[in-house]
Amino acid sequence: MKLYEKSAAELSLLLKKSEVSSVEIVQSFIDRIDRVEPQIKAFVSYTPESALVMARFIDDKRMRGEEQHPLAGIPVAVKDNICTEGIRTTCSSRILENFIPPYDAAVIESLKKAGMPLLGKTNLDEFAMGSSTENSAFHATRNPWNPDMVPGGSSGGSAAAVASAMVPLALGSDTGGSVRQPASFCGITGLRPTYGRVSRYGLIAFASSLDQIGPFSTTALDNALLLSVISGYDLRDSTSLPNSVPEFHSDLEIDCKNLRIGLIRQDPSDGFDPEVIAAVKKQAAFLGDAGAEIEEISLSMIDCGLGAYYLIAPSEASSNLGRYDGVRYGLCIEGEDIESMFSDTRGRGFGPEVKRRIIIGTYALSAGYYDAYYLQAMKVRTLIRREYEEAFKKYDLLLGATTPTPAFKLGEKVDDPLQMYLSDICNLNDALAGIPSLSVPSGIHSTGLPMGIQLSAPPLQEGTLLKIAHFLEQRNENHPKRPGIQLTEEGSA
Amino acid sequence: MHYETIIGLEIHLELQTSSKLFCGCSTSFGQEANTNCCPVCLGLPGTLPVFNKRAIELAVTAALALNSDIQLQSRFDRKNYYYPDLPKAYQISQYEQPLAKGGYLEVEFESGLRRINLERVHLEEEAGKLIHAGDSIFGADYSLVDYNRTGIPLLEIVTAPDIRSGSEARKFLETLRSILLYSGASDCKMEEGSLRCDANISLRPVGSQGYGVKAEVKNMNSFRAVETALYYEAKRQEKILAGGGTVIQQTCHWDEAEKITIPIRSKEGSSDYRYFPEPDLLPLTLDKDFISRIAESLPEMPGKRRARMAEHYGLGESELDIFIENRPLADFFEAAAEKYDDYKNLANWVQGDFLYQLRENDKKPEEIKPELFVELLTLLEKGQINRPVAKELLAEMIQNGSSPKELVEEKGLGRIAGGEKLIPLIEQVIAENPDAVENYRQGKEKAITFLVGRVMALTKGRADPGELNKLLREKISQQ
Ligand SMILES: [Zn+2]
Repeated sequence: MKLYEKSAAELSLLLKKSEVSSVEIVQSFIDRIDRVEPQIKAFVSYTPESALVMARFIDDKRMRGEEQHPLAGIPVAVKDNICTEGIRTTCSSRILENFIPPYDAAVIESLKKAGMPLLGKTNLDEFAMGSSTENSAFHATRNPWNPDMVPGGSSGGSAAAVASAMVPLALGSDTGGSVRQPASFCGITGLRPTYGRVSRYGLIAFASSLDQIGPFSTTALDNALLLSVISGYDLRDSTSLPNSVPEFHSDLEIDCKNLRIGLIRQDPSDGFDPEVIAAVKKQAAFLGDAGAEIEEISLSMIDCGLGAYYLIAPSEASSNLGRYDGVRYGLCIEGEDIESMFSDTRGRGFGPEVKRRIIIGTYALSAGYYDAYYLQAMKVRTLIRREYEEAFKKYDLLLGATTPTPAFKLGEKVDDPLQMYLSDICNLNDALAGIPSLSVPSGIHSTGLPMGIQLSAPPLQEGTLLKIAHFLEQRNENHPKRPGIQLTEEGSA
Repeated sequence: MHYETIIGLEIHLELQTSSKLFCGCSTSFGQEANTNCCPVCLGLPGTLPVFNKRAIELAVTAALALNSDIQLQSRFDRKNYYYPDLPKAYQISQYEQPLAKGGYLEVEFESGLRRINLERVHLEEEAGKLIHAGDSIFGADYSLVDYNRTGIPLLEIVTAPDIRSGSEARKFLETLRSILLYSGASDCKMEEGSLRCDANISLRPVGSQGYGVKAEVKNMNSFRAVETALYYEAKRQEKILAGGGTVIQQTCHWDEAEKITIPIRSKEGSSDYRYFPEPDLLPLTLDKDFISRIAESLPEMPGKRRARMAEHYGLGESELDIFIENRPLADFFEAAAEKYDDYKNLANWVQGDFLYQLRENDKKPEEIKPELFVELLTLLEKGQINRPVAKELLAEMIQNGSSPKELVEEKGLGRIAGGEKLIPLIEQVIAENPDAVENYRQGKEKAITFLVGRVMALTKGRADPGELNKLLREKISQQ
């Protein structure tokens, strides 16, 4: 087995036993990227040199016998809306094409502190707006399971990079499903932590009250390891939670006997693929067989999430994206006067989806419309939060499909924004409620594409989600963890 | 028809914090452009604001001093608009839930004491500064932006339309300034832009209750400018109304050189700021203890203090003026007055030699110990030193904080008094200056002054001139 096919935890063990060096590990992934990336196009910026520098540094430390984080020397990729000092951070937008932040995001500081070499910045839908990673200003990313399909979005670059073994771990950001949906489409594990669990400092804002950074991995253990690295209180983010962070990876065993699980009713009549529903039921059955109490439930607010989300997120985005005016950084189209400079810079700098949402948000916040749209959406958001609070009085967690269908074709929904928005339908309510939510693979569809299930828990209960994911992972041993792309590659075992 | 002028003011005040409202950057004035900036106050992508607790303390202090009702729960909103000096394209401000509501000031107008009500007091962040190569942003070849000011905490104070003339507006601002200076919330320097004022002004027929169409006047850079501009604008509107015309709602710039108001935009096209709650900050929750702690530490306000000082110390108007204008000096006076009860004499010294020496030595009243000053005055009063020595000691006390008593002992500066010490010196001077003695005998009074001066010189100024004068006359007449 090649090094790049191993999980981060396996690699960590090899490092600990001094059977390999970090440089060898990083080099293995670099070689993999060199072969696979031309097909997948997961990266916006690629930083093998600095990754090797970090790997060498970690190897030296290890040789001196210094204590190290379990993930020290394990490479990682980061979505390109997370600021990296000295490395351009583009949000896959023309307007930030040449923006080089003079500072690191809080999570980047954490990765550096843990000693994780950064292999590159991954592609996304421009400013994290989209569900297919086709809205990148640079190029679309392909699904490693089938290059005709989208990897999902907006963190499609990170998901595809992990799924195609170009990195063992990656960070994405989830505003309304942008970690979970691509995790499901790419057949890996993706977690959206509780809002406030991970600092947003340095995450370029799309919708501030919804954005949350989350880890991608092939296993629950890897996910837990990375979550432990990036979680924690940060003084620079006022919405950061002061709660202490458990070592999520230290104990992933769970006794299902005391678990009460709410199985969210999802119907073919609502556009859910029957195989997707069957896969969810199969996973529920695993849990039921182990002693968990499973009960079907219907969430009455589930249909309201879409409307509320597509008012709140664009409203905040319209404000957050105001700063790209050509005055201080990024693209600047000089004009006759200040007005034309602003409008030409923004006109040429932003792509159509970003413009669409800025216009929706601007409209929703305008005098005379605020009460009817934004305020109403905030009320719906409160109701959604309450419905979850009620549900969690009865259940330890909720279970359902991550997406109604497996990945769709590139170009299939590009011209139909509403269809595109619907692919996140299962992910929006958790985001609006600020609760943790995880997607774990649930099997392979007859089309050969992976499917995923979504687990949601009360605030700060990421531990429970990871334990269940770990449990299901072991029951799913027969499912291939890697897409077929490795088989087309020359010289691979 | 007679018209009545209705004026409401919007005052912006920079709070005197050492760091900015949402980051740790320095707020010091006059630094090289764009040196007091960080990613947060520049609004670079990914950055987030964090409250400066000191700014909130000062805002609460100021609001309490203005009798405004502090809200236990307030909130920050985004005010969205485009301008090059606004790095995030929104200003974090308070809109629906301000820090404090209501409030008032008692202002002594010519017509008597009247209460001017306040609508609200809220916190917001300052914008940057544009420097145009030309007259305005539109005609300029280029414009430069200095973001040093961006993010400095601002307090906005909005009055009710309770002001009736330019001079009332000026008097109100002077009162407001003295209260805010007293509270320590701001240095209120209009010339450095730390206190700015916009005015809404309209006219209505005397006796009517409604409001006329108002104009907004901006860019008034001194209290005098406020007074002049509002008189001008009232006159302008009166001319229009008297001629049967209608005033249009617009924003005007006060042109200080030409002494006229110039319309800059009409209100119809006014911006829609698309306010919504700032998602990057939690609502601001203040607890009652925090507010009452600040309320307790609040100094006595100038109006009250003036009345009390007049009554308790029997001070005159001009002394009161100095003390009310200069709170630390008044504090010093009162601290000294606890141990020294000749208030009149104390006041004379404090506002006279003491203040003079402070300025000479670039010191502040709070740097000097009042008990040392009392020590000095007591030495003088008991006749242990004379006035010239007292002044010399005062200077040293202010320079080095040294004790006058110890200085007197150290340097032997005690007064030389009594016959046995002075008479030998007097005899020496009489012997050395026979001409002067002769002149005195022939009735020339000036000669005695000369002789006193000679003895004084021998004592290095430590004798009492009165006593010396007496002894000298006695001695000459005995000869
Ligand atoms: Zn700053």
